[in-house]
Amino acid sequence: MSFMNTTFRAFFLVELMQGLACTLKYFFFRPAVTINYPFEKGPLSPRFRGEHALRRYPNGEERCIACKLCEAICPALAITIEGEVRDDGSRRARRYDIDMTKCIYCGFCQEACPVDAIVEGPNFEYATETRAELMYNKAKLLANGERWETELAARIEADAPYR
Amino acid sequence: MVELFASLWVEYLWPLLWLVIKIVVIVVPLLVAVAYLTYAERKIIAAMQMRKGPNVVGPFGLLQPFADGLKLFMKETVLPSRASVAVYFLAPMLTFLLALAAWAVVPFGDGLVLADINVGILYLFAISSLGVYGIIMSGWASNSRYAFLGGLRSAAQMVSYEVSIGFVLISVLLTVGSLNLSDVVMAQKTVWFFIPHLPMFVVFFISGLAETNRSPFDLPEAEAELVAGYNVEYSSMPFALFFLGEYANMILMSAMTVILFLGGWLPPMDIALFTWIPGPIWFAAKIAFVLFFFLWVRATFPRYRYDQLMRLGWKVFLPLSLAWLVITASVLQFTGLVPK
Repeated sequence: MSFMNTTFRAFFLVELMQGLACTLKYFFFRPAVTINYPFEKGPLSPRFRGEHALRRYPNGEERCIACKLCEAICPALAITIEGEVRDDGSRRARRYDIDMTKCIYCGFCQEACPVDAIVEGPNFEYATETRAELMYNKAKLLANGERWETELAARIEADAPYR
Repeated sequence: MVELFASLWVEYLWPLLWLVIKIVVIVVPLLVAVAYLTYAERKIIAAMQMRKGPNVVGPFGLLQPFADGLKLFMKETVLPSRASVAVYFLAPMLTFLLALAAWAVVPFGDGLVLADINVGILYLFAISSLGVYGIIMSGWASNSRYAFLGGLRSAAQMVSYEVSIGFVLISVLLTVGSLNLSDVVMAQKTVWFFIPHLPMFVVFFISGLAETNRSPFDLPEAEAELVAGYNVEYSSMPFALFFLGEYANMILMSAMTVILFLGGWLPPMDIALFTWIPGPIWFAAKIAFVLFFFLWVRATFPRYRYDQLMRLGWKVFLPLSLAWLVITASVLQFTGLVPK
């Protein structure tokens, strides 16, 4: 009986017809899910790990204290820091470089940071035409921080209940 | 002098010019149809995969085929260093030429045919068999493993499926009693042949997919194994010629399906509303319908394995079409329906 059944199904292309019916259903009744990318964008989680930024305190002082925890934890060895003691006795970074071509966007640096200075922001559209432009220095990172501060603060706020 | 020219004009030049005009009237719409077939393919498959397809170049992406063509045209023609030059460039020309030459005998309407010859089906069959040469020549002349394997596969596949297509054709011919394609269409005045010959219609369609190297029988260009098959070494215009030839062949195969099984240019019913629409439009609409099936199948089925392909051709379709040939002949003989 099962032999008859298989033969019947093979001879009358039953499975093939079912497949065709499925694609035809999609053709007529399923709207396209395409996002028209540069003009429309998909939603991003507050935990999305994009381009790095160095943040400042509301009074304008840099948060980074050059503790080098991020440099130590970075699995790709992308971060280089040199610290200094300022005249007022506070400890700050003289040099803070990230090689964005080495970075694997694991987010360990922001996890390690005790003062929420280095963060990975929501920006993922920072392609450059030269490799050299991806060697970020402290000035560039601080500029990123100023540019994205509103969103960075909002993201940290949104994620705070879960950590 | 004037008389000489006049007689020359009447006897040779004008018929020649008239012939060229007719050829252009067939070939130009055909090439535009090929261009928009690629567009339709991308749009239809996109819709079945919940995507949008080309939508940037022109309104609804309608100018996309021309952008693609322009891009191909601007590319460099690369010649592999160890290729056999003459054969290498002859192959795409042959493929393209044969794909166009077959259209000479296709009737677009009542009397609308370039060459109304009495062996139309044989001519079509011969031309589509010659198509193998373009592919195997390109595979051999490229002097590349992938191209060679693709060419071999393609040749084996086309030869295998041509056998069953041949038997399907003979079944249809028995019921028509003529090799002239216009006669084949007119014989379907009462009932389209896909109803009495339904199994052969299916066999012919599937063999057509294999014959034109379309998915799910697109082994010659299996991207995963053969990179692109016989045309892997081609670029720029030679590649474009292969591409055009391949899609023109698809349209030709659909046209053959329409002529043999779906009543050619005849309207579905002989009533006023349908007969108002001229034959060529019916013909084009039916071709478009069959082509939609080609694309639909491509969006649905995964590729056959090579041995499965051969098994289907030789162990399923060949006995089936042969049996149907005998059945057709017997039925015609015993019911006295044999055409005079």
